[in-house]
Amino acid sequence: MKHIIGVLVENEFGVLSRISSLFSGRGFNIESLAVAETEDPSISHMTIVTRGDEQIIEQITKQLNKLINVIKVVDFTETDHVTRGMMLIKVAVEGSKRLEVLKVVEIFRGRIIDLSAKSAIVEITGDEGKLQAFIDVLLPYGIREISRTGVVAMTREAKTKNRMRLRAV
Amino acid sequence: MVKKTGAQIVLQSMQIEGVKAVFGYPGGAVIHLYDELPNYKIKHYLVRHEQAAVHAADGYARATGEVGVALVTSGPGATNTVTGLATAYMDSIPLVVFTGQVPTALIGNDAFQEADIVGITRPCTKHNYLVKDVKDLPRIIKEAFHIARSGRPGPVLVDLPKDVLVGSTNFEYPETVNLRGYNPTYEGHPGQLRKAVRAILKSKRPIFYVGGGAVLANAAEQLTELAVRMQIPVTTTLMGLGAFPENNELSLGMLGMHGTYRANMAVTESDVLVAIGARFDDRVTGRIDEFAPGAKIIHIDIDPTSISKNVKVDIPIVGDVKDVLTKMLVIVNEMNEEVSEFARAHGDWLAKIAKWKDMHRLDYIQEEVIKPQFVVEKICQLTRDLNPIISTEVGQNQMWAAQFYEFTQPRTWLTSGGLGTMGYGFPAALGAQVAFPDRLVIDIAGDGSIQMNIQELATVVQYQLPVKVIILNNGYLGMVRQWQELFFRKHYSATDMSVAPNFVKLAEAYGAVGLRATKPKEVEPTLKKAFEINRPVFVEFVVAREENVYPMVPAGEPISKMLLV
Repeated sequence: MKHIIGVLVENEFGVLSRISSLFSGRGFNIESLAVAETEDPSISHMTIVTRGDEQIIEQITKQLNKLINVIKVVDFTETDHVTRGMMLIKVAVEGSKRLEVLKVVEIFRGRIIDLSAKSAIVEITGDEGKLQAFIDVLLPYGIREISRTGVVAMTREAKTKNRMRLRAV
Repeated sequence: MVKKTGAQIVLQSMQIEGVKAVFGYPGGAVIHLYDELPNYKIKHYLVRHEQAAVHAADGYARATGEVGVALVTSGPGATNTVTGLATAYMDSIPLVVFTGQVPTALIGNDAFQEADIVGITRPCTKHNYLVKDVKDLPRIIKEAFHIARSGRPGPVLVDLPKDVLVGSTNFEYPETVNLRGYNPTYEGHPGQLRKAVRAILKSKRPIFYVGGGAVLANAAEQLTELAVRMQIPVTTTLMGLGAFPENNELSLGMLGMHGTYRANMAVTESDVLVAIGARFDDRVTGRIDEFAPGAKIIHIDIDPTSISKNVKVDIPIVGDVKDVLTKMLVIVNEMNEEVSEFARAHGDWLAKIAKWKDMHRLDYIQEEVIKPQFVVEKICQLTRDLNPIISTEVGQNQMWAAQFYEFTQPRTWLTSGGLGTMGYGFPAALGAQVAFPDRLVIDIAGDGSIQMNIQELATVVQYQLPVKVIILNNGYLGMVRQWQELFFRKHYSATDMSVAPNFVKLAEAYGAVGLRATKPKEVEPTLKKAFEINRPVFVEFVVAREENVYPMVPAGEPISKMLLV
């Protein structure tokens, strides 16, 4: 099963390498990874999308916690959360197809950020399903290039007392 | 505040951390450190290969429980420490290894004797540091020692660029560490503790399965008290030898691939298995789904990643083994009557185990040639009252030492369990002898392993460390040959090592003493003679060439399926 794991780490050189070598050394898989500084410049936030059964995910979170530079590990999957990724996509817009493409971009609430005679670069954000759907729709027009960020995630504010809270693991 | 150079800060910090001995090898990148070294109350031991420096620090750490320290130069000096670090990491041994590094301005330039040792050692250290600014040095050294010795112990590497050692700053050694991402759990959860005790009291066939964690936590006393109070039989792993006295009638000896018949049978038939500072290694469990198949599993370990890694655990207890066992003792003492009733009620379990004990004892058949097991037995008979420290190399020598020496005290047994590093035993013995100059320190070696760090003869002679190296010479890489005999149609590919140096002359060439015996009746007098000489001694025993270690659980089989003598 797919899991989205948030990791707060010390913002130091070599930390990314510690995390990635932990995954490769133990045979865990990274599907996507997003890293950036948080509001506290001494801390970075990583969002790792990985896959595995319960036992593997348990090992992943424990092994991450074991790293000295890791401050906190959160498995988003069992919480109520939102995810977003961003994508730049260069699509052919030659001749009569141009208006069709622009329409599709509008429907998906993307933005054209560069337009030339032959192609357009579209910026789009959304969860993975939306991004994939966008790719599928544009495919017949001719996709020249795709550049995507890893997924980022956040837990929703708990609405009632009983609602499952952010689970630190 | 006093201004000090980086070199002075390293040495002063070591002194504050209580370091008395450092094992090392100088070079260009650490030459400033070596220049300062004689000004401090730290004794330096010049090894003959950096790998041995780390193993010696490791032997020192295992024998004393303190942090072992090694110091080497950059590049090849640093890369030569990798095997030592990996050995210590697998067995959770607290070390701090200082490596030299090229000046910060040259890092990444493929400079002379440059190696990315922080990158190389990331997966085989508990943590490592590249010091980029001399101002960070006191904090980093403080953290390094703290990380090495706390929680699940392990090796920490500190990489010291030359300009950091030369640069200077105001020196103040921090009193505390502030690591927000590192906070090991020492205290076992009270609810889990009660649950565990209740589960044990309900069992009919309980067993303690004890690993190196019990030794590392200095919990031998609590373990023995609890086992005796509850009358629970105890088996130890290779790493756990010495945590429970093997002369106690509750001792089942070692379990696993070369474990005793009774230990492996008792584990297999147990209904509650309490893993204490052990991690269900494949050499212990054999085929994992048939390991203790009917048992409820209670697992005490300071490292949460060890729990439910290989087997599903019913009652996990994360905490320091000593803390957990101490608290279990308190609970047990509150339940006096129930505990006594429980101890009485599983008398038939103990009787069954006693019967297994008589069925397939560890044994061998003495012939015209010396049997290696006989040598170990003799060593045990002659030295058991002297509380010696025994180290081993890896292979058959290690297994016979584990089987035929009767261990009764923790920290008297130094062996590379996890990584299985040939060449470990001799430098480890050297390190232990540095820590305990007056104790008898013996390395039980094979003719293959001893040649992997034999250069340390020069070190033991230079510092007059009277280590006794017992070489069981069968002219083979014996354990691999045994596998080839049993599983590869006796195809002895690349295991014949009968071309070897004359060990007696070799020892003498280095200035040590060399002894040799070829007949069983010579074994005892030769050993006696060796133990009486207060100098380093190599003792070569020419032993039966094709002797095997039994019992043996073939790889992939359950531990109840043993090949017996």
